[in-house]
Amino acid sequence: MISISGLIGQIFAIALALLLAPVLSGWVGQCRAWFQNRTAPPLLQPYYMLHKLFHKDVVLAHGASSLFRSAPFVVFGCMVLACAIIPALSTDLPLAPAADALALVGVFGLARVFISLAAMDVGTSFGTLGGRREMLVGFLAEPALLMVIFTLAMIAQSTSVTTIVETLAHREFLVFPSLAFAGIAFTMVSLAENARVPVDNPATHLELTMIHEAMILEYSGRHLALIEWAASLKLYAYSCLGLALFFPWGIAEGERFSGLLLAIPMLVLKLAIGGFLLAGIETINAKLRIFRAPEFLGTAFMLAVLGLLVRLMLEGSA
Amino acid sequence: MSATISFSAQLINLFAALILLLAFAMLAQRRVMQLINLFAYQGLALCLSTLVVAVSTGQTHLYWSAGLTLLLKALLLPWILHRLVRRLQVKWDVESLINIPTTMLVGIGLVIVAFNVAHPISELSSTITRGTLAIALAVVMLAFLMMITRTKAIPQVVGFLAMENGLFLAATSATYGMPMVVELGIALDVLVGAIILGVFFFQIREQFDSLDIRHMERLKDN
Repeated sequence: MISISGLIGQIFAIALALLLAPVLSGWVGQCRAWFQNRTAPPLLQPYYMLHKLFHKDVVLAHGASSLFRSAPFVVFGCMVLACAIIPALSTDLPLAPAADALALVGVFGLARVFISLAAMDVGTSFGTLGGRREMLVGFLAEPALLMVIFTLAMIAQSTSVTTIVETLAHREFLVFPSLAFAGIAFTMVSLAENARVPVDNPATHLELTMIHEAMILEYSGRHLALIEWAASLKLYAYSCLGLALFFPWGIAEGERFSGLLLAIPMLVLKLAIGGFLLAGIETINAKLRIFRAPEFLGTAFMLAVLGLLVRLMLEGSA
Repeated sequence: MSATISFSAQLINLFAALILLLAFAMLAQRRVMQLINLFAYQGLALCLSTLVVAVSTGQTHLYWSAGLTLLLKALLLPWILHRLVRRLQVKWDVESLINIPTTMLVGIGLVIVAFNVAHPISELSSTITRGTLAIALAVVMLAFLMMITRTKAIPQVVGFLAMENGLFLAATSATYGMPMVVELGIALDVLVGAIILGVFFFQIREQFDSLDIRHMERLKDN
């Protein structure tokens, strides 16, 4: 059933995700610094951070339960699974039947629940605040993400991520307004989900505005390293998902290594462009007030629903 | 499977979707100036879609319609409205009766209704643009919604004008446009309407010191 080359491709995809994700975060940080006329940190800065954190001791709060200690591993595991089933390089992934696009949203949801619970576990006010805000953003972002997936699933007649990507990569070039709507909605959801600027600022520790940072304030040492790594994996996973769904060119299919060799530089190039654009979005936008976040995500939901409706109406006969 | 849809039909669909998106953007817009700009963009998209229909079907009178749309809805009317806003000095935020996310949800409901209503009709039609009839209907209804939910006079007028955009799109998509006389008449109507409403704004403000039309619900001074 599972071919050797598929297995190798799968392992390779996971290894590449683990290696490339911190670099992607570093690249976005670097672009942001250039945009803002600051001296950029080195590209491998996230690696230095991880190295430092893995060699530090863990300091636990007195009231921390086992949930607090296990949450980083659960979150990290979820993100690795997500990266494993998203066809970033090749659509021949033995793990892909483990979760279709809907379950993928669930995997992200599981990670979110655990990190929010862990944030509330210690009982500091910041953690609770961050956890609640995260859940607010999550419960608004999830329906929009599902709507985007429904639109794409209707085009491909399947909810499996690999099938969707294969269908989209093989169609002749057509102007699909529904895909454009879905693409914009997906970008907005990704910004919100990855704690990026219009909704959250990944670089801030200002108590009034932080969401993601507030949740992980109590973590230290290897736990913090795992969470930071998981955060960059999440960014990588969302980027790869967006690239695979909306720009599916250059992804290898079938069991040939030559395709894989071509897919890697394509992926790196696409990620570099995507990261550059992300940094651009983050620079030209101001952070929204937290009470405006529902409006932002409501717009994303509306766009996704419009995409679905336009798909039904305009392209129904197609 | 999709080879049946020609490139021009795709372009028309794209512009129709853009018009729908702009209708939603207008519904969500808080600032008067941006609202007028969005209206101008909608006029531009309408002009482009008419142009594509004209090129693909070879109906010469549609070129005139497209030109008229560009001149009137993308340039002249926004300019008049901009001038009005400047002279009335009403750059404040637009107030709406229900908050914006709710308005958007209602709008989505309206789009679903419009699509359901228009679907059987567009099945009967054989024009290249039949899919856009539903969008045209949706744009009309969204403009209605905007006129209902806004309390200030200028957004209501923009809503009225946007409704005319929707009607124009409907006419183009259902029957490749109305006869030239009708079209000219409507265009002139809209223009004159906008000018008269402009005069009205000054009168309303003189009377009530505000452009909030809720003041007009009372007929007598007590």
